[in-house]
Amino acid sequence: MTDSILNSVLLLAGLGTLAALILYLVSKRFYVFDDPMIGRVEELLPAANCAGCGSPGCRAFAEKLVKSEDISDLFCPVGGNEVMKLVAEALGKEVVEKDPTVAVVRCQGSCEVRPKTTVYQGPRTCAISALIYSGETDCQYGCLGDGDCVAACKFDAMYMDEATGLPVVITDKCTSCGMCVEACPRDIIEMRPKKKRDLKIYVGCLNEEKGGIAKRACSVACIGCSKCLDVCPKEAIVIENNLAYIDPAYCTLCRKCVPVCPTHSIIETNFPPRKEKNPVADTLAGDQGVKSGSDA
Amino acid sequence: MSDAPIIVSASPHVHSDRTSRKLMYDVVIALVPAFLVSVYVFGIPALITTVTAVAACLIFEYLIQKYLMKVPVTIADGSALITGILLAFNLPAGIPLWMIAVGGLVAIGIAKLSFGGLGYNVFNPAMAGRVFLLVSFPVQMTLWPTALENNTSLVDAITGATPLGMIKEGVQYGQSMSEISASLPSALEMFLGVTGGSLGEMSALALLLGGAYLIIRRVISWHIPVTVLATIAVMTAIFWWLDPEHYANPLIHILSGGAILGAFYMATDLVTSPVTKKGMVVFAVGIGALTVVIRLFGAYPEGISFAILIMNAFVPLINTYFKPRRFGSRIKAKML
Amino acid sequence: MLRTFPKGGIHPPENKLTSGRPIRRLPLPKEVYVPVSQHIGIPAEIVVDRKDKVQRGQVIAKSGGFVSSNIHAPVSGTVTKLDKIIDTRGYKKQCIVIRTDPRDPSNLEEANYPLIDEITTEPSEILERISQSGIVGLGGATFPSHVKLHLREGQHLDCLIINGVECEPYLTADHRLMLEKGPEILVGIRILMHALGVPRAIIGIENNKRDAIAIFGELTRGNPDIRVAALQVKYPQGGEKQLVRALLNREVPKNGLPLDVGVVVHNVGTIFAIYQAVQHNRPLTERVVTVTGKRLANPSNFWVRIGTPVADLIAAAGGLPEGTRKIVSGGPMMGKALKSTDVPVTKGTSGILIIPEDEASRGEPAACIRCGECVSVCPMGLEPHLLMNLTEKSMFKRAAAEDILTCIECGSCSYVCPSHRPLLDYIRFGKSITKQLEPKNPAP
Repeated sequence: MTDSILNSVLLLAGLGTLAALILYLVSKRFYVFDDPMIGRVEELLPAANCAGCGSPGCRAFAEKLVKSEDISDLFCPVGGNEVMKLVAEALGKEVVEKDPTVAVVRCQGSCEVRPKTTVYQGPRTCAISALIYSGETDCQYGCLGDGDCVAACKFDAMYMDEATGLPVVITDKCTSCGMCVEACPRDIIEMRPKKKRDLKIYVGCLNEEKGGIAKRACSVACIGCSKCLDVCPKEAIVIENNLAYIDPAYCTLCRKCVPVCPTHSIIETNFPPRKEKNPVADTLAGDQGVKSGSDA
Repeated sequence: MSDAPIIVSASPHVHSDRTSRKLMYDVVIALVPAFLVSVYVFGIPALITTVTAVAACLIFEYLIQKYLMKVPVTIADGSALITGILLAFNLPAGIPLWMIAVGGLVAIGIAKLSFGGLGYNVFNPAMAGRVFLLVSFPVQMTLWPTALENNTSLVDAITGATPLGMIKEGVQYGQSMSEISASLPSALEMFLGVTGGSLGEMSALALLLGGAYLIIRRVISWHIPVTVLATIAVMTAIFWWLDPEHYANPLIHILSGGAILGAFYMATDLVTSPVTKKGMVVFAVGIGALTVVIRLFGAYPEGISFAILIMNAFVPLINTYFKPRRFGSRIKAKML
Repeated sequence: MLRTFPKGGIHPPENKLTSGRPIRRLPLPKEVYVPVSQHIGIPAEIVVDRKDKVQRGQVIAKSGGFVSSNIHAPVSGTVTKLDKIIDTRGYKKQCIVIRTDPRDPSNLEEANYPLIDEITTEPSEILERISQSGIVGLGGATFPSHVKLHLREGQHLDCLIINGVECEPYLTADHRLMLEKGPEILVGIRILMHALGVPRAIIGIENNKRDAIAIFGELTRGNPDIRVAALQVKYPQGGEKQLVRALLNREVPKNGLPLDVGVVVHNVGTIFAIYQAVQHNRPLTERVVTVTGKRLANPSNFWVRIGTPVADLIAAAGGLPEGTRKIVSGGPMMGKALKSTDVPVTKGTSGILIIPEDEASRGEPAACIRCGECVSVCPMGLEPHLLMNLTEKSMFKRAAAEDILTCIECGSCSYVCPSHRPLLDYIRFGKSITKQLEPKNPAP
């Protein structure tokens, strides 16, 4: 009896010691020096691990920040300027301030204005359906409506609007990490500067077809008529391939282009309602308020 | 054409008419002969046991999917029905009904749905239910009503041992094989199915009939059942040849107990068996070997249910290591 | 026992409704829409302009590189526009629109060109003519033919295989061509053998085309270097690798080409085009298209000018039947579902299949029950269920390690899956991502 107790105690003790020895040797042999600075920087970062900075996670980004001499081209979109300032202080390096941006969906092709001409059967992800064909509508540039962007968003800042079949960005939650931009096979989502009070004016269309064809596919398509170009005082609008684009760097948010657009394809958000003198634009502004949901 | 827009989808645009549901109902059809034999042998209790098990499985699947998991209910796909029938086939007739319900709950709730439902379960649900009952209620689970003698009433159940149970007991008491075999049913009796045992273990003939149907309908391939039975036969033959006074002959091992039921219906469960033919053979050899080891050296007289569950756990590993040969990986260009 | 490839394969209902229907000539289209990218590789460069008068057979778009192909005017007429037209996937692609001149004699002459038996052209000249004539693989892959015939240093050919398998259900274009143009095809084979210096050729035909086997058996009698082989009916036997395996018991190495085992495979349609190019100096401007479907009033085989809108073909076959829900360009296993009938016929269009309501919809996908059926039918020895799961979970590196790129997209896995899982949809997507991950030099 005592023998067996003693035996087991000895055996276990021996095994334990052996294991401890192995662990000790292995940890010595494979010791990796870890810059404590990386840990400190990592703590400053938002720990969202969204990969919006281009690194696979916050830890990897912290490593990059610590190791690179010049960090002026590194930016954490989630933490924004504040976090980057703290990081710069901690590291004693320089950062460049960036304008905060927010994701916008550049397609207004709801089921009503952009009729479906075919039915798609297959896995409901944009990546696959874009590979198979140009989509259920006649517009080969617009939103496919399968919500890859929503699935990619790690901050619950997007949802699919059941009524329109289009994704909606909840501006307050958007960290501009850019995952949705990457997920969209049609490049519909763009990061645009979040100017004061989140005022934005942008073209909600990417259709490069000629006017008539674009309009037949979708009644709110940009037809490249260049009316907006004519009224823009700052030359912020370029028209290429029958499609207008408003460059946020030049746009002063004067709103002149919005009412002249014959297809209502220019979107303005968060502006106060217009004065009575232009009823068309007024209803449009109202529409937009509803469409961008969160902006209210 | 304007009212119903044309459909666009990726190729292929045709599909074979085999569906999961058809496969499931083919299995049910294959189980009918064995079920009829069990009702003939054990009478009404067999019917009650089967109906209870099936009902328990369907009800638990419905309740759990609807109220606990809040996913679409899939009781119509036939898989819970099969689990119920197979569970019943692995129980002795006349077992208390509440125990059957517990078995159903374990099979469906724990072995199947907690892993994610059909297709995700690692272990064969019916086997898990049976083994749970066997280790929890060993007495009731081995109270075998004797065949053909009490098929009218539940009350006067006369119980007897299964052939494998007799052998195990006899060997433990130091009896020699020739002494034991005097009390065993004949091979023909075992083949036709008038011995003691679980509901579905009865008639090898009925089970083989159903198994042949499954193979002809290409629901299962022959690899698993044939290999399991062959392994059992070969291994028991070796032991029998070494010491015929101590070990039963292979024929007894094949025909008695759940060997055929397990080999054709449990081990071949699509979800919990390997996907490649090579893997299937490896899997089946494992089942056969473990069954023999448990039968000859373990505490239980029968071991195929344990063997199947153990090998189920190896399936992901088998799938990883026994892959089909890739086309074109044989040789570097055979030049001339 | 007939020859076939050993691993995998399926046998879907053949539905060859049109195998008894002689090839008719489709009425001349009013306008043709000729896409500049009808082949695998670099699109051709347009060399005509609006209002140009073009003659049938004139080059209207020049080959844009080695892996590219010339495109010829399929009709005589006037270029009206350089426009865009949707391709089989519904994306708009550059095309040349030509209005047919119905009075132009070159449009009308569809005389039977007499068979020219004697081969007088030099091998190098033959290859040049094939390259100039815009000939691409007409079996559907549309790989420029001259690229396949261009042997590099150290490569050695000992057998030419003629693909008359046509394993896709419904399609009968190759079958009819073999029945009607047998002697021409045989000359085409001899031209290629002469050009490549190959000692022997085998014509592989599936056993559901006994009449074609008989015709070629008759034609090759007393000709020991050209042989006809009857094959067991099994899809996808028309795949190059499967065909080489079935006929010669040689396995094309992974990521390799038939050339690596001393073989080159050409479709019978391509062979006929080569015959016309070399013996009659006629470039590729038309092809045989099967227009078929169970409800179609008059399923037929047509000689069709490249660029003819699919709508014209359907009209000639009796019009779109009531309750049509799917229009497929190609066969039911590998064809593409069309978004509209505006799509023009291209060099790769082997058939138009009209699918009625009751067969058009896909089954609702359910959970994988791991039956392993997809594994056992995969002719490439892959595990489709695993590849789909890996793709679904974005594990592309693992998918590459599981040889996802060797998938030939035959669709056998999706065809048999009892749970109606969209296996090939995911695998195709996985392939497209995996290809980007590890850019390899495509072997010409």
